[in-house]
Amino acid sequence: MLGKLDWSAIPFDQPIPLIAGAVVLVAILAVLGWVVVKGHLPYLWHEWITSVDHKRIGVMYILLASVMLLRGGSDAIMMRVQQAIAYQSQGYLPPEHYNQIFSAHGTIMIFFVAMPFVIGLMNLVVPLQLGVRDVAFPTLNSVGFWLTATGALLVNLSLVIGEFARTGWLAFPPLSELSYSPGVGVDYYAWSLQISGVGTLVAGINLVTTVLKLRTKGMNYLRMPMFCWTTLASNLLIVAAFPILTATLAMLLLDRYLGFHFFTNEAGGNVMMFMNLIWAWGHPEVYILVLPAFGIYSEVVSTFSGKALFGYRSMVLATMAICVISFMVWLHHFFTMGAGPDVNAIFGIASMVIAVPTGVKIYNWLFTMYGGRIRFTTPMLWSVGFMVTFIIGGLTGVLVAVPPADFMLHNSMFLVAHFHNVIIGGVLFGAFAGFEYWFPKAFGFRLDERWGKIGFWFTFLGFYVTFMPLYIAGMLGMTRRMQHYDVAAWRPWMIIAAFGMALLSIGVLSQVMQVVVSIRNRESLRDRTGDPWDGRSLEWATSSPPPVFNFAFSPDVRGEDAYWDLKAHAKQQLLESPEPEYRDIEMPRNSPTGFVCAFFATIMGFSLIWHIWWLVIVGGIGAFATFVVFAWRDHDEYVIPAAEVARVDRINREERRNLVSMAGAV
Amino acid sequence: MSMTATVGRAHADPHHIGRAAEHEGPAPKRIVTAYGFWIFLLSDIVMFSCFFAAYAVLSGQTAGGPKGSEIFDQKNVAIETVCLLLSSFTCGMASIAADVRNRLWFYLSMAVTCALGLIFLSIEFREFADLVARGYGPSRSAFLTAFFSLVGCHGLHVSAGVLWLLTMMAQVFAKGFRADILRRMMCFALFWHALDIIWVAVFSVVYLLGSGA
Ligand code: HEM
Ligand SMILES: [Cu+2]
Repeated sequence: MLGKLDWSAIPFDQPIPLIAGAVVLVAILAVLGWVVVKGHLPYLWHEWITSVDHKRIGVMYILLASVMLLRGGSDAIMMRVQQAIAYQSQGYLPPEHYNQIFSAHGTIMIFFVAMPFVIGLMNLVVPLQLGVRDVAFPTLNSVGFWLTATGALLVNLSLVIGEFARTGWLAFPPLSELSYSPGVGVDYYAWSLQISGVGTLVAGINLVTTVLKLRTKGMNYLRMPMFCWTTLASNLLIVAAFPILTATLAMLLLDRYLGFHFFTNEAGGNVMMFMNLIWAWGHPEVYILVLPAFGIYSEVVSTFSGKALFGYRSMVLATMAICVISFMVWLHHFFTMGAGPDVNAIFGIASMVIAVPTGVKIYNWLFTMYGGRIRFTTPMLWSVGFMVTFIIGGLTGVLVAVPPADFMLHNSMFLVAHFHNVIIGGVLFGAFAGFEYWFPKAFGFRLDERWGKIGFWFTFLGFYVTFMPLYIAGMLGMTRRMQHYDVAAWRPWMIIAAFGMALLSIGVLSQVMQVVVSIRNRESLRDRTGDPWDGRSLEWATSSPPPVFNFAFSPDVRGEDAYWDLKAHAKQQLLESPEPEYRDIEMPRNSPTGFVCAFFATIMGFSLIWHIWWLVIVGGIGAFATFVVFAWRDHDEYVIPAAEVARVDRINREERRNLVSMAGAV
Repeated sequence: MSMTATVGRAHADPHHIGRAAEHEGPAPKRIVTAYGFWIFLLSDIVMFSCFFAAYAVLSGQTAGGPKGSEIFDQKNVAIETVCLLLSSFTCGMASIAADVRNRLWFYLSMAVTCALGLIFLSIEFREFADLVARGYGPSRSAFLTAFFSLVGCHGLHVSAGVLWLLTMMAQVFAKGFRADILRRMMCFALFWHALDIIWVAVFSVVYLLGSGA
């Protein structure tokens, strides 16, 4: 009846996950109870859970990412503490538990922190920058988000019911095959990524279509803000790469569930095929993450330098070049696995070629700043911090892309330092910059600058103190994923790194503090004009937070930096453009489809993991029924009357007129 | 100047680019839907390519089991192929019938499409069942693993297509040729034709090359 599930799945003998799980459960129940008692449930349901508004979905993505960042961060703290004390001792974690932690940490950070963070920002901002009302497929957008949440939920369930994979975040066979990993850990891993991967693919299709087909009048390709370009590139990569992950995981699952022989040692299976497939997805994946961050830096740097982005066209070219080249270098992840010198040389050179367009980008940012009037706000600090940090990460990347060097550094702490260098200094800093930069747009008030800067400096310094020692430990020969070790020379570096981790944690907590303080002082931080930073692109042309319909009338764009031009124009004439004739606006209706679908997906995923076959069928039928019910709706849109549009827009225009006349008076 | 207000001056283009063709604004829904679905199809084809690649890598790995030429029955495959190609034709007829709002022809051609799809599936199912009965199931060798997965993945898509097809018929029956239903019908047709194209690849790579070897 319950498949493999019984009481032995609950790790009663391991206090740490049980206590953690209990704390989380109590917290969730407390929040839920509070919501119900305060009567917020209808509001949550109607305004958020069933919302198909791209801005709300974007916010929910970011919220999910932030919560999972805390979870993944706790794993990181546990690992750093373990390695700091596990010199000639077992440390405080049993080995198989340590293995689960590093696997869960990597999986969570990539799939449930970095991915939802950048997808959330793209969802929030791109339609606004394009001057349109919504994404191409609003309901599908909600489905995508909720499927991502399903994946995150499954990973967290593994904490208290069963176990997580001990195979590392890419589950290499044959270790991940049934014969070496008979438990449910790898199944948790594979099904949660499979389900959230569908969500990611859906988001990718949605955003590609949005950028290519839904730009406002006059928004030619070469007038799109840089962030729209990097969004396009990143989502093209999603559409091209995620199906590879889906296929690869499907093969692994077939091996495990039905005794197939894709990657087994027996009957002719081929492990190297897994390496090729997983990295053909995995390498583009890192560019899926970092390209949107590059877009964010471009927006932030040009806004806070008060200048148009330098070398816009070369930036577009560099973006698309990276998009293409990132598909041609996957093999550098297994230089040491016997492909031979010729193949290694070709892939080594191809890998280094990516440094060229990336260098172009760095120089363009520098030249944008050069001669500009720079304001060092928190998002700008993150961007400058990124430039310094990412250069180091890029240089060590070029180093490991040299095959002979890689033979020394492969699987060492040097590698761990390298990819954290680029992923934290590139992606996470970018996500934070975007968070600070667009927060007022999403919520109508700015974030507290003081706490923001404290958060930046602690994170920035903490990052260096944590990860620079790992480069050294790597050169001293320390390999990755060590539960304990006996080499005295490594120990000091591990202790410094653990100290750095403490600094990092203070940084992250300061950012939490920043949000709390800002919410408390939201009245004094209120952004009335919708344009708190003196921005340049169209998202600043509407109020903060924007009305559901984004723009009361469709903007007509006549050049780059659309909103900047409008402002310059308005200042000259001390007047805004004449009031348009307002029309009724049709918007898509809310729909519980996404939530219900994810509900059934969760049931299906869970029962697949535990081999509860009848429940799998129930879940499958439920998911299909959800779609049919959705397809059966007769009214999928509602109308916002012109009078309401006019009312909302007039308030916004009034505020702006004040802004312009104030600026004119100065 | 009704719906739009002008953003930016006419000569605000610092690099003198983007002059050539003025972008007209968001595309109509029909185009957006079809475009999005095309992109989905492309991603689906990427997924299939992985299974093709796996087949190419593993097709020689018979581990002492049968080779392709020993188990493929060309006659069956020929019938399957004819069924599927014909069903693409009748699916096209259904699209035309939907465009001219002719219910009778719509139901008729959809029904024939469905029947052809089901015949295809039953032949494939028989082939699979037969192989398993002879002990040549997918866990016999890596070659058979890749074979069953690639062909089975296509078969799963056809099954999903049949389910979708029946839903479309029910929708037209209940709601008529509404704009959103026509859009869905267009996506379904794209899907069905794409399956046909993939089958041509399966047919060539697996059965034609395999029987020669
Ligand atoms: C907050 C500070 C962080 C610390 C202290 C930290 C620490 C660690 C450690 C100790 C490992 C295991 C290395 C080993 O194999 O021995 C690891 C692995 C990893 N981390 Fe982090 N991490 C942090 C943040 C992040 C972030 C933000 C990301 C991604 C967005 C990330 C992605 C990964 C990945 C992909 C792995 C590889 C896992 C594997 O080898 O299977 N980490 N991290
Ligand atoms: Cu790579």
